[in-house]
Amino acid sequence: MRDFWENHQLKIVPWMLLTPALIMFSIYVIYPIIQSLSLSFFEWDGLADEKTYIGFGNYLELFDDDVFWTSLKNNLIWVIFYLFSPPIGLAIALFLNQKGLGMRLVKSLFFFPFVISQIVVGLMFTWFYDPSFGLLNTVLQGIGLIEEPIAALSSERGVTYAIVFAGLWPQIAYCMILYLTGLNGISKGQIEAASLDGCSGWRMLWHVILPQLRPATFIAIVVTVIGSLRSFDLIAIMTAGGPYNSSSVLAFFMYEQSITNYRMGYGAAIATILFLIMSVYIAYFLTRMLQQERIR
Amino acid sequence: MFPTPIEKVSPTARTAYHAGVWVSLLLWLLPLGAMFLTSFRSLADISMGNFWGIPSEWMIIENYSGVFQTTPMGRFLLNSLMITVPTVAGALAISSLAAYALAKYNFRLNIVLFAMFIGGNFIPFQILMIPVRNLTIDLGLYDTIIGLVLFHVAFQAGFCTLFLRNFIKALPNSLIEAARCDGAGEFRIFFVLILPLIRPALAALAVLIFTFVWNDYFWALVLVQSDSVRPVTAGLEALKGQWLASWQMIAAGAIIAAIPPVSMFFLMQKHFIAGLTMGATKG
Repeated sequence: MRDFWENHQLKIVPWMLLTPALIMFSIYVIYPIIQSLSLSFFEWDGLADEKTYIGFGNYLELFDDDVFWTSLKNNLIWVIFYLFSPPIGLAIALFLNQKGLGMRLVKSLFFFPFVISQIVVGLMFTWFYDPSFGLLNTVLQGIGLIEEPIAALSSERGVTYAIVFAGLWPQIAYCMILYLTGLNGISKGQIEAASLDGCSGWRMLWHVILPQLRPATFIAIVVTVIGSLRSFDLIAIMTAGGPYNSSSVLAFFMYEQSITNYRMGYGAAIATILFLIMSVYIAYFLTRMLQQERIR
Repeated sequence: MFPTPIEKVSPTARTAYHAGVWVSLLLWLLPLGAMFLTSFRSLADISMGNFWGIPSEWMIIENYSGVFQTTPMGRFLLNSLMITVPTVAGALAISSLAAYALAKYNFRLNIVLFAMFIGGNFIPFQILMIPVRNLTIDLGLYDTIIGLVLFHVAFQAGFCTLFLRNFIKALPNSLIEAARCDGAGEFRIFFVLILPLIRPALAALAVLIFTFVWNDYFWALVLVQSDSVRPVTAGLEALKGQWLASWQMIAAGAIIAAIPPVSMFFLMQKHFIAGLTMGATKG
């Protein structure tokens, strides 16, 4: 027995170390994914013992569901507008990348929005947009841009943009901190060499700085796309998908169908579509990570 | 350094720069400032439309103590703490073991398992929602703190394993080989040699996971329903419906909910940022 342990220790130990994490991860992440994928082919109210197999029925129904298309379109709006946060974050990082006189404190305060919960951010912006109390209308009316107050969160056309704007606040802060860290790691030698060659300003930014910031840009884009597709909290707290589902996204639509309407199979089908969309980004991220792994 | 260090420009430009920085900071945090100011006001001020002037009455103590007296906010905060702290401990425990296995042992499936932990981080919560909710109900853990903790531990293990694995991978192999030559067993190596070395990474992860879990709203919505278990995010959402237009109370409640993660961030800033920006620089 002892000999066996001595001889095979290096083969057995890693699996012993991995066991607790693998068990937890399999029960709560891997197996549920498989269950959801299969549930999407059934009709189930979440209560009955029997699930009815309906093939692609849920998916066919989805393609005829207006709320599905609205949600999908809103997801696209989220992704597109969220992608403004890496460049804006970079701009703020370049603006703040200085030393001395309280700059450390300034940088942390700029980062602040990312630390607080999206529920709190959502409450802040609900108040910000409020037609009778909100800052937005006070300012716009104050400078004479509008006469009647606008109710951004009750306008079917504007509501998604208003929520995305609130979401950009923490997301820009996140991208900014990624770029500040990236800027910190840039080699001084290259900057000096380039400036000796007469390179400066925008040309320096484009040809010397940005290529070195590539790892930061990669992470900023990945977390931004994933974050935009995951959006749920802000919508739940600010509008609950309203007015008339016009601010719904797939994540919220799924929750509503399963929990509020007891349509678990239909919900699982929506979740599956969201999962497939995100898999593209996950696969892209994984290949990049594993490639870097091989280079090392 | 890029852009040009500000010490190298003229004094006027330097002053202008600093003024610009503080003005933009003020604008950037305007929504937050408004929230603070509102939490100090009386309801009369709000219904009269005094949002931006000096509060006619300072209601700081009244509003903040009102939140605790008229709502279960104290309970919500305690629940958040009871969910967050065990999650951090559990996730760090299981993932430091797994991360060591993935970083320093060669075996088939190593890279597959690593990819699985990375991929798990990015999946949408909705694909897990129905099965995890049903599992929690079946285990009799629906509407309990332990039910939430178990899920959070499992999910956060993905990110923690990814982070710690890269950290441990960078430790020199010769350290471990030397310990093996001295006859140390594999587990002894982990506990005596590796664990002390990864303390900075564990600290970084602890603050990050604390913040992530403290700010979680979705799972609190899906896995619990009563006030005695609800964390502060879900509690705040419920109170929003109850308070309606009492914005001074909503504002005070929101600020109370934000204090723990914010103070965590300021206390452990270096660790927090190190964790969040992992991979943003080369090497």
